[in-house]
Amino acid sequence: MKGPLLDADDVRRAITRIAHEILERDKGAEGVVLVGIADRGDDLAARLAREIRRIEGTDVPVGALDITFYRDDIGLKAEAPEVHETRIPFDVSGKVVVLVDDVLFTGRTIRSAMDALMDLGRPRKIQLAVLVDRGHRELPIRADFVGKNVPTGRADDVRVLVAELDGEDAVVVEGAR
Amino acid sequence: MNEHLLSMHDLSATDVTRILDTAESFREVGTRVIKKVPALRGRTVVNFFLENSTRTRISFELAAKRLSADVINFSAGGSSVAKGESLKDTALTLQAMGADAIVIRHSSSGSPLQLTRWVDAHVLNAGDGTHEHPTQGLLDLYTMREKLGRIEGLRVGIVGDVLHSRVARSLSFGLVKMGAEVTLVGPPTLIPPDVSAWGVQVSYDIEGVLPKLDVCYVLRIQRERQRLEYFPSVREYARLFGITRDRVALMPEGGLIMHPGPMNRGVEIDSDVADLPRSVIEEQVTNGIAVRMALLFLLLGGGKGETA
Repeated sequence: MKGPLLDADDVRRAITRIAHEILERDKGAEGVVLVGIADRGDDLAARLAREIRRIEGTDVPVGALDITFYRDDIGLKAEAPEVHETRIPFDVSGKVVVLVDDVLFTGRTIRSAMDALMDLGRPRKIQLAVLVDRGHRELPIRADFVGKNVPTGRADDVRVLVAELDGEDAVVVEGAR
Repeated sequence: MNEHLLSMHDLSATDVTRILDTAESFREVGTRVIKKVPALRGRTVVNFFLENSTRTRISFELAAKRLSADVINFSAGGSSVAKGESLKDTALTLQAMGADAIVIRHSSSGSPLQLTRWVDAHVLNAGDGTHEHPTQGLLDLYTMREKLGRIEGLRVGIVGDVLHSRVARSLSFGLVKMGAEVTLVGPPTLIPPDVSAWGVQVSYDIEGVLPKLDVCYVLRIQRERQRLEYFPSVREYARLFGITRDRVALMPEGGLIMHPGPMNRGVEIDSDVADLPRSVIEEQVTNGIAVRMALLFLLLGGGKGETA
């Protein structure tokens, strides 16, 4: 294993920059809500909200979305996928929803997340923020806000570690076995 | 998880925890405006009920529909079972029609297990004779965990006709597995003789037990048992074991009253007790849908017969 692709400081700077970009693109925090995809995306969304509060002095609502029931590979793996909690204590209708995830890879998770969101209401706009875009898309999906673009092999294992779950912030790549 | 859900007895404590955790996510889906997710799109679930049932059948039907599966309800009356078709032939017919899961209720203990030998579909036991009713036991565990925050260490009394109750068996096995303390309460004629193997305590004195209970689980008394002389009269049963307002007052603060339904108000439970805030009988029904969604999802959401 090589050293981390991003260390804790890199992750912090990337989140600060994405927070600025969201405020710039959406002209402030008015009507913006953050929805993180569980797990890890929800932790990143909470941090983005803290940054936006620090920069703009506004509280944006933060939710967590579990996309398990919307996956397109149910029944293709030996075990049913593990489910997480969905916790969206606000109405997404008419809002600019920024989906937040740790790694953008095939795009299938984001497709599921958009379907899940549509069942919860009718957002005015959906945008996508990811900490790492590693390429290899299988669907026509791209991110609006990217922490870092990382060229990877298809079989590489790119992992985002967050302090909330893993005890430290970092992005690591493990080469194909 | 196993390939089928036949009994609480077959589940490990880890399985139970996974089922309850998954059910929690489905509980949230049940609070949405659109109470439906596409998880089991294109799968077929057959409700094969050869014994009367309202809540279990409807609950399974709703659970499957909220997962976007196609549901077929099939009962003995009005089907070829009434023409004398055997269980095996009926099962093979369902199989030939492409059932991915068969939910079976049958008056003979062990019929779900027998079904697994004939069909490839996942089999879920919705109550077999006096053996088990595992989905009821699981929704009861879910409700206790939701209301009291844990199962381990809870003191639970199961009151009534334990002898004929598949609910009591599934619930007792589940509670003991998860580290709760179970006391069975009822007339000696209605306590099973093999109960020493269950890891539970037995008492014939309801008023002595109630002050030490976190949950008082009341079983349905079937009036026909009286004719079979398990107890002298329904009135005497109600006087000795019925859960009245006065008896509920003996329970610790915050203790729950539960009942699997359908209730005989005035026999095993007084009408005003059933409507107390600490009675969570309706919550049990609501939670039943989420628990059954979790079970269908966990069984059908993985590939069949492979190992991870």
